[in-house]
Amino acid sequence: MSVRQVTRERMEKEMFQINMQHEELLIALAGNPNTGKSTVFNSLTGLNQHTGNWPGKTVTNAQGKYIHKHCKFILVDLPGTYSLFANSVDEEVARDFICSGEPRATVVVTDATCLERNLNLVLQVMEITDNVILCVNLLDEAKRKKIQVDLSTLSKILGVPVIGTNARDGVGLETLKDAIYQVALGNSKNTPLRVSYGDVVEKCIHILEPYLQAIIKDQVKSRWVALRLLDGDSNIEALLVQYPFLRTGETGEISGALEIVDQMLLEDHLERDTLRDHIVTCLVTQAEEITQKVLSYEKQNYNGMDRRIDSILTSPIWGIPVMLTLLGLVFWITIKGANYPSQVLAIGLFWVEERLTHLFLSAGWPDWLHGLLVLGMYRTLAWVISVMLPPMAIFFPLFTLLEDLGYLPRIAFNLDNYFKKACAHGKQALTMCMGFGCNAAGVIACRIIDSPRERLIAIITNNFVPCNGRFPTLIALATIFIAGAMGSWQSVVASVSILAAIVLGVVITLMVSKLLSKTILQGLPSSFALELPPYRKPQLGRIIVRSIYDRTLFVLARAIIVAAPAGMITWAFANIYVGELSVLQHGAKLLEPFANLLGMDGFILMAFILGLPANEIVIPILVMSYMSAGQMIELDSLQTLRALFLANGWTWLTAVCTMLFCLNHFPCGTTLITIKKETQSTKWTLVTFAVTTITGIILCFIVAQSARLLGLV
Amino acid sequence: MERLIPLHHLSLGAFGKVRHLTADGNTRRRMLDLGLICGTRVEALQKSPSGDPIAYEIRGAVIALRSEEASKILVEVL
Repeated sequence: MSVRQVTRERMEKEMFQINMQHEELLIALAGNPNTGKSTVFNSLTGLNQHTGNWPGKTVTNAQGKYIHKHCKFILVDLPGTYSLFANSVDEEVARDFICSGEPRATVVVTDATCLERNLNLVLQVMEITDNVILCVNLLDEAKRKKIQVDLSTLSKILGVPVIGTNARDGVGLETLKDAIYQVALGNSKNTPLRVSYGDVVEKCIHILEPYLQAIIKDQVKSRWVALRLLDGDSNIEALLVQYPFLRTGETGEISGALEIVDQMLLEDHLERDTLRDHIVTCLVTQAEEITQKVLSYEKQNYNGMDRRIDSILTSPIWGIPVMLTLLGLVFWITIKGANYPSQVLAIGLFWVEERLTHLFLSAGWPDWLHGLLVLGMYRTLAWVISVMLPPMAIFFPLFTLLEDLGYLPRIAFNLDNYFKKACAHGKQALTMCMGFGCNAAGVIACRIIDSPRERLIAIITNNFVPCNGRFPTLIALATIFIAGAMGSWQSVVASVSILAAIVLGVVITLMVSKLLSKTILQGLPSSFALELPPYRKPQLGRIIVRSIYDRTLFVLARAIIVAAPAGMITWAFANIYVGELSVLQHGAKLLEPFANLLGMDGFILMAFILGLPANEIVIPILVMSYMSAGQMIELDSLQTLRALFLANGWTWLTAVCTMLFCLNHFPCGTTLITIKKETQSTKWTLVTFAVTTITGIILCFIVAQSARLLGLV
Repeated sequence: MERLIPLHHLSLGAFGKVRHLTADGNTRRRMLDLGLICGTRVEALQKSPSGDPIAYEIRGAVIALRSEEASKILVEVL
């Protein structure tokens, strides 16, 4: 089975797997990418699905419930698509879901500032089902650009309810719910506009329809299936294999009708190859005509502001420097801002540790229990919270701000040529950016890439950009080691070194992509189009709430869940002795010679291995390994961390190699499982494991050995 | 017919009218889905820092196309 088939089946399984109760009504939510579809979904269901201002964000299928007028609704968020012609997995899945007949109504979300392009999809959905509700979203953006949409005329022309919304502020949602209610319960009957495809095609449809009605028994869909028979697969059996849920009867006499139709088309010089063009042209022209009737602009160049911003952010001279400066600024604010709260948290949490120790002592509980729970579990947790929470609480809102503004597609635009030269897909830049959040999410995001070859490349190389779990490690090491002696320049130097690490990550991504394209995944780049959506006014309050709630707390919770048992296990390993040495020391001793070649020590490598479940806990494990070896110091600031590392023989080279290895090593457990699920292949999971780890080993080896040869250490 | 140029040769700020698509298969379908049919007006907006891809305004949306794809769209300069 091809990767594409696997993905389609997997996505459909996820989406069709709906835990529906008797009286619940299923509603589908369709729309172009980047129309605020996810925001509409969230506002209706209250579910916090992450939304972003760039195409292809809804990569997993979300379902949510809401109650309106005592009626229960299940809303399914379909992947954002431009059309339903099934050019990609996303489109196939969206189309299959709408035409499966399961949803009682389909809401199509459109962008009021880009209505014409959006209407193409609306018209296509209306060919599959009568029960359509059009939601014209982002009315505030339209207002800002002085674009007026005549909603009632639009509704009259289309013959379906049209609801204007501004989902971010909750405007129009009640009306939308009312409309969904009416359509889903069959209280209002739609009379959707039928796009006319010209005399010949209409005659052909007329001939085919009676036969099709016998096979699929649905007036609306028989017209749609007739069209698909005309523009694509003329073999009805083959077509029904694609739409198994449509079939209700046997295909018998239709082949005769198809021959007549073929003859008619031939006489009219409409060959099947050009018929698709003809059909799409009719749709686009129809959308254009409708738009002209319902849209009015006060300003002709309503996008002038966006153009001016783009001319700076993607300019030949300023594009790349501005990009680097923005990222550097984000890191600088993070490092500078996180310093003080981190210390306060650490002091507080270690004060609690002392109290806990007192409690254990006075209660007379055994030493090993105190060690396991307080020195093992609690201390690891305290470290994770005090070191990770403040940077995350600053970094994520800032990053979300860039995302919300619509900057990420511009990064993809700026970098596309490099990806092309690496024979990779243009959208890989987007999945790479997603990896900054979480590599597992980045791997799932690779679904937006159609070509299986390029998708695998994107999956394998996603791990080369640091995720949430690894940023804190990089930030901590950069702050205390590389910038440690820089005085007031400390935060600047630290920012620059993290920026350098990221640039290196991108360069490695490109080099490995190229290498894969030339070896095990040969082929030419097949990228198509990248949309640069309009800039949106960000809503600061929402960004802060969302990034703290969706990202910071999510990541922190995950880190805590993994860190608690890992802290205990590590403490146990460090305190169970076999002969002279603890289990941990035996492990570290075994790894020492190899680790040394890579500029690290056995404990560091051991921490990376034990940190497989989650990258967040690498440093806590390391700290514990060092501390159990004798130096029982109070770890209440980054300065003492520096002292601890120095006491264990760290040099700047150790820090650099650890950072490099942090950037380039096997993906975390979650990511590996995700890769296995997404590719349905153990082989590609292992390839990813090997490619990332070997890259790290080679890189660390070169850096460590050259530094030693040159006598720099 | 002699005035047709491939889209990526359209100078920035200039408008072109789509006259012919030489792409086929999936690429052609995607171009059509973007609304790139005969007669569609396209404006060349912005080059990326390395000169490729180029962003175009197509029916109210800004779409970046690599030169490989843009070269398969023949336009008449307006």
